[in-house]
Amino acid sequence: MTEGITREETSELMTGSAPESTEAAIPAVDPATVFDVRDLDVFYGNFRAVRDVNLEIRQREITAFIGPSGCGKSTVLRCFDRMNDLIEGARVEGQVLYHGVDLYDPRIDPVEVRKRIGMVFQKPNPFPKSIYDNIAFGPRIAGTRANLDDIVEHALRRSALWDEVKDRLKKSAMGLSGGQQQRLCIARAIAVEPEVILMDEPCSALDPIATARIEDLMQELKSEYTIIIVTHNMQQAARVSDRTAFFTTEVNPDSDTRTGRLVEFATTQKIFSAPDDERTENYITGRFG
Amino acid sequence: MAIGHTELGVTPGARSGGDAASLLEATSGRRADRVFRSVALLAGLFVLAILGLIATSTTREAWPAFRSEGLSFLTSSTWIPAEGKFGALAFIYGTVLSSVLALLLAVPVSLGIALYANEAAPSRIRRPIIYVMDLLAAIPSVVYGLWGFIVLAPFLGPSVYAPINDAVGGWPVIGWFLNGSSGRSFMTAGIILAIMITPIVTSLSREVIATVPQAQREAAYGMGATRWEMIRLAVLPWGRGGIVGAVMLGLGRAMGETIAVALVIGSQPGQITTHLFEAGDSMAAVIVNQFGEASGNHRAALVGLGVVLFLVTIIVNVSARAIVARFDRRAQGI
Amino acid sequence: MNELLVHFDAGEALLRGTTKRSRRVRNRLASIWMAGSVLVAIVPLALVIGYVVVKGIGQLTPDWFTKDLPAVTRKASGGMGPAIVGTLLITGVAAAMAVPLGVLGAIYLHEYGGRGRLARLIRFMADVMTGVPSIVMGLFVYTVWTISHGLSAFGGALALACLMLPIIIRTTEEMLRLVPDELRQASYALGNRKWRTIITVVLPAAFGGITSGVMLAVARAAGETAPLVFTIGAARNLNLSIFNGPTTALSVQIFGNAQTPFEAAQARAWGAALTLVALVFILTILARVVSARVARRHNA
Repeated sequence: MTEGITREETSELMTGSAPESTEAAIPAVDPATVFDVRDLDVFYGNFRAVRDVNLEIRQREITAFIGPSGCGKSTVLRCFDRMNDLIEGARVEGQVLYHGVDLYDPRIDPVEVRKRIGMVFQKPNPFPKSIYDNIAFGPRIAGTRANLDDIVEHALRRSALWDEVKDRLKKSAMGLSGGQQQRLCIARAIAVEPEVILMDEPCSALDPIATARIEDLMQELKSEYTIIIVTHNMQQAARVSDRTAFFTTEVNPDSDTRTGRLVEFATTQKIFSAPDDERTENYITGRFG
Repeated sequence: MAIGHTELGVTPGARSGGDAASLLEATSGRRADRVFRSVALLAGLFVLAILGLIATSTTREAWPAFRSEGLSFLTSSTWIPAEGKFGALAFIYGTVLSSVLALLLAVPVSLGIALYANEAAPSRIRRPIIYVMDLLAAIPSVVYGLWGFIVLAPFLGPSVYAPINDAVGGWPVIGWFLNGSSGRSFMTAGIILAIMITPIVTSLSREVIATVPQAQREAAYGMGATRWEMIRLAVLPWGRGGIVGAVMLGLGRAMGETIAVALVIGSQPGQITTHLFEAGDSMAAVIVNQFGEASGNHRAALVGLGVVLFLVTIIVNVSARAIVARFDRRAQGI
Repeated sequence: MNELLVHFDAGEALLRGTTKRSRRVRNRLASIWMAGSVLVAIVPLALVIGYVVVKGIGQLTPDWFTKDLPAVTRKASGGMGPAIVGTLLITGVAAAMAVPLGVLGAIYLHEYGGRGRLARLIRFMADVMTGVPSIVMGLFVYTVWTISHGLSAFGGALALACLMLPIIIRTTEEMLRLVPDELRQASYALGNRKWRTIITVVLPAAFGGITSGVMLAVARAAGETAPLVFTIGAARNLNLSIFNGPTTALSVQIFGNAQTPFEAAQARAWGAALTLVALVFILTILARVVSARVARRHNA
């Protein structure tokens, strides 16, 4: 169920600090800012997985989240399409503003959020259906009246898969290679026409050649889509992204738990050449990790 | 059917964020989710409702007999419908005896098959063994009953039981049991039941044995154990709880089995004897054999037998499940 | 690997002498017990199937499938038509009730209830319910339906549905468990609601396994006798009505005819047994084929 997240406290906070309503706030927002994350904390039960995240995602850019494992980069990513709601006991404090609209406003239906914000997962996860039915899945559930054949072709062309699969659209998607499957998953996300595509370590299950093709694809998709990618591969972040957010873990002094924190968020060039924070520098130079 | 309020897919290309405010409009889809969940929950609750209804409706129907007989319904073995006497003890005895005999016969065989299929058989014949068990389980109980009634019982009586009875029937201890010469008897019921519960005990034991970690086997082999020693050292201790559970589920199945037993146990009311080769009766068999001609208190008493059978099988099953569940928890290392 | 061990055993036995020999003997005895058990189980299977086929095959004339039951049981005449139709009808109606309910219940258990207290209770009770003797189900339906509505195919179907329900719930839940969570996530990420995710992604992915489980449950129910004895009565003529009037079934005919002393009646019992066994085996084998095909597709 999608009702796992309690929002009472945050809505109080919101109305307390900002007297104007959410609708009134919308026109003031810079249209090039897709997400504006303010003081985001994520909890799993009583465990605080991430704290104090503040960052802004710009339109038609690729933003990379990097950091050691357990630093909460995937957790933060999953706040952008409210996939965290699916985890029992998950709870969010703070704001994730999508064009000025708080995605965690109690009026928001997370299902509608996910139609606008697509996601690609670590392991390619095509449905055990035909290639065509995989792509057509999203438009079908949305009840589209447009021509499905056109949508499928467009999505497959956009994800550079069309030439490889156009003769076998009715064959099972499970017969594709891992890299093809992952591009199929990207095409499937594109077919719903999202504004944003979230990618959660999309290449970690792929070989270098397949990885390179996905990276090329991301560069192409950038002209139309805003992309956020979580990666454990620093070179990948350096290669593909415009901005990079570096997360790390902090040991809580009172208990033996670790909480993720955003250390530094800047252009990728700055992060990899002249980071402000010592921890960032240690990480990217391989002294910590 | 379209859900949500957005109309997608008309213009190719990415969506812009301009309509973000529309996210705040109410959607109808959430209700569909709640409705579906409630329907599914309702379906699940049927299980509880049926079990509750079984207990209450049969008890109510049997109440006249319970009230008139009191505790002697369970303690008396006098069952004379014409005189309105309904003591079920002999039937309870028959159910327990035939089921225990079935277990004694079926458990060694089932365990042997399960161990063979999982530990010893060449992989090529594993699947056929499973198929044989499937077919054995698939044959309806009434067909076993028919075969037992027409073929097995007439053969066992004169050709097996009678010679055994003549040879050892007079001996102490052994003779108390191996006595009588009726083809339709406790023993025949036990044999037929054993055939019927072997597949279930086998398949449950196989599941248990399959959870034994390979490392345990290798540890035993590594000490130079033979295959049998490996089974005794690694497989059986690990699977003991689960196998006990499997055996008890087989017991529950045997106690409730009706038609086959009704055909081969001999339908001799009031029999409480250690003589395995004599005719007797079981609760389920009495119900099915007498129900047609019964009315009034007699019918209530037969439903009452059903209530007793229900309770006994519930108790056996619940304890079996509890044992299996404890085993599962251990197997998962919780 | 086992061959290797045998050689290893043998080699060491040569060095160590007698104690090793007793271990080998015990190992050999255990092997004989295990392989022998399989033979012991095959014997009754072969005997029962052999008798059913040999004694029943002569009955299966065209009349057998079309004619009504004879008015006089001791004479060889008539057919088994009403019982064949009755079995199919009762089992079909039972499946029509139990399958949707069972699949929905399993969906609750796995997709919604999970490890919650209510789901655990239902799951446990479903397990307990599989152990309820079929004759108790028959008595139960007799008390809640037959007493007030009379003998009918529907009463028998109710009893069989009660027997099938817990089996379908538990096997379906097992199949839902095999559906990878990644598929659900992929569906949610495309903006699909939970209920539609279950219908469009989860159920299709589990379809083969569920079908196979359902067929096994149906096969078991089709052979049941005890629940039908009190609920459907004994008709001689074809009764296509589900709610009105008594009907009959193959299993009930076997039970009734077996106990008569007449040769013609016993022959009919064998014929009905062959018909029933064939029906049940076809369902069982189909179930195996379906699940094997599903397994192959998963491996591909």
